[in-house]
Amino acid sequence: MSHKISMTVNGNSCTGDVEARTLLVDFLRDHLDLTGTNIGCDTSQCGACTIIMDGCVIKSCTALAVQADGSEITTIEGLANSGELHPLQQAFWDEHGLQCGYCTPGMIMAGVGLLGDNPKPSEFEIRHSLEGNICRCTGYQNIVKAIQTTSQTMEGGA
Amino acid sequence: MGKHIGKSVKRVEDPRFIQGKGNYVANIKLPEMAHVAVLRSPHAHAKINSINIDAAKALDGVIDIFVGKDLIDDGVGKMPVIWQVPDNKIPDRWPLVPDKVRHVGDSVAAVVAENQYIARDALDLIQVDYEVLDATIGAKATTEDGKPLVHDEIENNISFKWGLGDREACDKAFEEADHVVKLDLINQRLIANAMEPRACAAQWVTATENMTVWTTSQNPHIIRFGLSAVTLPMLDEHKLRVISPDVGGGFGSKIFHYPEEVIVPWIAKKINRPCKWVATRSESFMTDSQGRDHVQNCKLALKSDGTITGLYVELHADMGAYLSSIAPLIPTVICITLFSGLYKNPGIWGETTGTLTNTVPVDAYRGAGRPEASYLLERIIDVAAKELDMDPIEIRRKNFIGKDEFPYQTPVAFLYDSGDYHAMFDKLEEIADYKGMRAAQASAKDEGRLVGIGVSGSVEASGYGPAATVGALGFYGGMWEHGGIRVHPTGKVTAFTGSHSHGQGHETTMAQIVADKLGIEVADVDVVHGDTDLVTQGMGTYGSRSAAVGGEALSNAAKTIRNKLVTLAAHLMEVSEDDLAYDDENGTVHVKGVPEKSKAFGELAFAAYSGHSLPEGMDPGLETAAYYNPGNFTFPSSAHLVQVEVDKDTGEIEVQKYVAVEDCGNVINPMVVEGQILGGIAQGVGQALYEHGVYDDDGQLVTGSMLDYTMPRADNFPMIESDRIETPSPSNTLGVKGVGEMGSITSPPAVVNAVVDALSGYGVKDIEMPLTSEKIWNLIQTNGG
Repeated sequence: MSHKISMTVNGNSCTGDVEARTLLVDFLRDHLDLTGTNIGCDTSQCGACTIIMDGCVIKSCTALAVQADGSEITTIEGLANSGELHPLQQAFWDEHGLQCGYCTPGMIMAGVGLLGDNPKPSEFEIRHSLEGNICRCTGYQNIVKAIQTTSQTMEGGA
Repeated sequence: MGKHIGKSVKRVEDPRFIQGKGNYVANIKLPEMAHVAVLRSPHAHAKINSINIDAAKALDGVIDIFVGKDLIDDGVGKMPVIWQVPDNKIPDRWPLVPDKVRHVGDSVAAVVAENQYIARDALDLIQVDYEVLDATIGAKATTEDGKPLVHDEIENNISFKWGLGDREACDKAFEEADHVVKLDLINQRLIANAMEPRACAAQWVTATENMTVWTTSQNPHIIRFGLSAVTLPMLDEHKLRVISPDVGGGFGSKIFHYPEEVIVPWIAKKINRPCKWVATRSESFMTDSQGRDHVQNCKLALKSDGTITGLYVELHADMGAYLSSIAPLIPTVICITLFSGLYKNPGIWGETTGTLTNTVPVDAYRGAGRPEASYLLERIIDVAAKELDMDPIEIRRKNFIGKDEFPYQTPVAFLYDSGDYHAMFDKLEEIADYKGMRAAQASAKDEGRLVGIGVSGSVEASGYGPAATVGALGFYGGMWEHGGIRVHPTGKVTAFTGSHSHGQGHETTMAQIVADKLGIEVADVDVVHGDTDLVTQGMGTYGSRSAAVGGEALSNAAKTIRNKLVTLAAHLMEVSEDDLAYDDENGTVHVKGVPEKSKAFGELAFAAYSGHSLPEGMDPGLETAAYYNPGNFTFPSSAHLVQVEVDKDTGEIEVQKYVAVEDCGNVINPMVVEGQILGGIAQGVGQALYEHGVYDDDGQLVTGSMLDYTMPRADNFPMIESDRIETPSPSNTLGVKGVGEMGSITSPPAVVNAVVDALSGYGVKDIEMPLTSEKIWNLIQTNGG
């Protein structure tokens, strides 16, 4: 049995027919072709699929598409504003905060969420807030730096 | 030297990644695409009596289901082992096993369906009648008489034995030694866990008989060769295109030719529809070739003043249930050749027994044999220092190969190219304030705190490798690299490299090399890699070879372009070539001493293509291809220093300070190099403190998810201080040495040395990795906490 759902993704209204078991991440990737949100572990451990739903940072591999019915979602594709990078995207680039790029969309979304909640986090707070996002390439150091520099330059957080 | 090499140029590949536009295999979507799922064995060892696919096949949306016999009957070949050692026994490995499963995760059947959900539903409906057999695990234990045989024809589960060194000198060293240190070590099983799970997609075009395969590989040309020459011989190499687009990390685990790379294109041709398979993380745990897993019995011979005279190592390496693509290389050639480390040591002997168990195959994982060598050497030297009451840096310095002794021939085959180990440690001690740290440690001890300081140093062979040498040592191919440069008529450049970036940043660093050598801007060079139709040939990226071999190939290609430009300019300007100079700043060719009398790079490029006026014998066009076969490996080195504090009450370890000094010769992009070091250290600290692929006695992988297999996370690290010295490699004109694996090679012993140092008051000589808080807490309790 399929379910009709609708939601706002990156400012656009979207609808779809999905099975009850369809994961939100699969809806984003397969139905909406928003493949910037990656799947790394299927079990909520790695955070590659991190997005923002109704203002909350969530892992889209562990939400059902039907749960997102009526919600407002931001994915990595919706972060840049009219071609201008979000300050945290720019900082990841400037600080070499990525290598293979696979965890990057989730890391950036987690970082945006953190700065929204806590615009001036300490290094300790940044590192703890990233516990749910695994990066195998960078050793995290430059990701932490990217969030630090963004926090220093942004007015009033993300 | 031009204007780009040595600069921290921001990565040109990053804009697509930070905006979610990475082109990973899982993102590929083609019309009519079907989805493949693979049935995995739940047993470590079992005979397959029968497979009933009827119920699964009847499921709505299932297109077809295949078992091992279907592939074998169609002429599909066995998975090849392309690095072999003498007399190794190679067990058969089929893409889908026809008769007996030999590890949890072994491939039993493949479903192709309209979508991935249906494909996975169908897996649950396949009924396999297994006759479960006893399993065998443990690198050394598996060789005991009476253990189950993983492959009936391989006695005692021993695939190979391989030794290297001067046995006579080694025996003599121990006979004459003032002091002998014995240490038995386990270098535990690790799981690479690149963040992108493996994936494969394929498209067959019946009308032209062309096959395209997209795969998460570090070396697409090798996969193309493997497919067309061995596993899918019905495909012709020249009509087979293998593409490795953006690949989300590899760390060695994506070097190998995997069964799914055979199954997916075979099905795509069979059903004449594009197909895609994407691993779940559970499948990655059960099927990606794993790393390490050595039992090492070691002895070090010394004089009473700390001079090292001999090293003897018996090594058992668990190869898993089959030999993965280059597996025999890892615990043998690439490992024992580094037993000399940074030190003069006349009496080295090492011998490896490669064994089979009912576990996932083991092959290269970041460092690949070199971390296993570095760990045993840097641990046993630390134990020696304690027993001889010497400072751990002092004992190392006493044995260093001097900077004037290069090139240095070790007793284990390698000729080290260059290095300055004293200068490297000088810098390490200075940056870390080693004396100050020791004083602070003493104060902490007075307060009853368990603070430890650990050092380690290592050298590795990178830039794999001279074709004849690797051939003599067992590799089926040659480890040259290909680099092509196409200058377009407007002066813009496309560079083609057989190296492959899966995070290393080649699109930037290779562009820096080409732009530097041609005197043009980095933005005017586009680097193409990872596509066998676009890049003529390639050996791919592993063994820290891209800069030293792939970079050198492009540098050589650039020289050919320069020479043609100078010849053309001389003709157009009617002067002798000897009177011309090439300007590295702007790519113009001008008359020596008369810079205004010049031809611009773009002007010459257009002249080459217009062909209106070319010198006698010169063909139009401006492109070239170079194959570069290195004369030697390169030998980067590094020195690490770590401070840890152990919590007495919980056994938790805090890494408080980490300093790393590396020597990777000349540096193309310091930012990228530091990134490689930081990432490597994180993986090495992961091995020391957290990671362990654990199998129970039945061969079940009990750490089969990221819940159970502890990956290092952001809050496990302090800010790491990283610096360099530079002793250029004489092995290539760029003077570069590989850097991708150094961090993971040097860090595990540094961390363990620090923790052992912290616990010295408890009489602790060694602790097995990973140093979990449970292990440490128990140790403190047992030894009088």
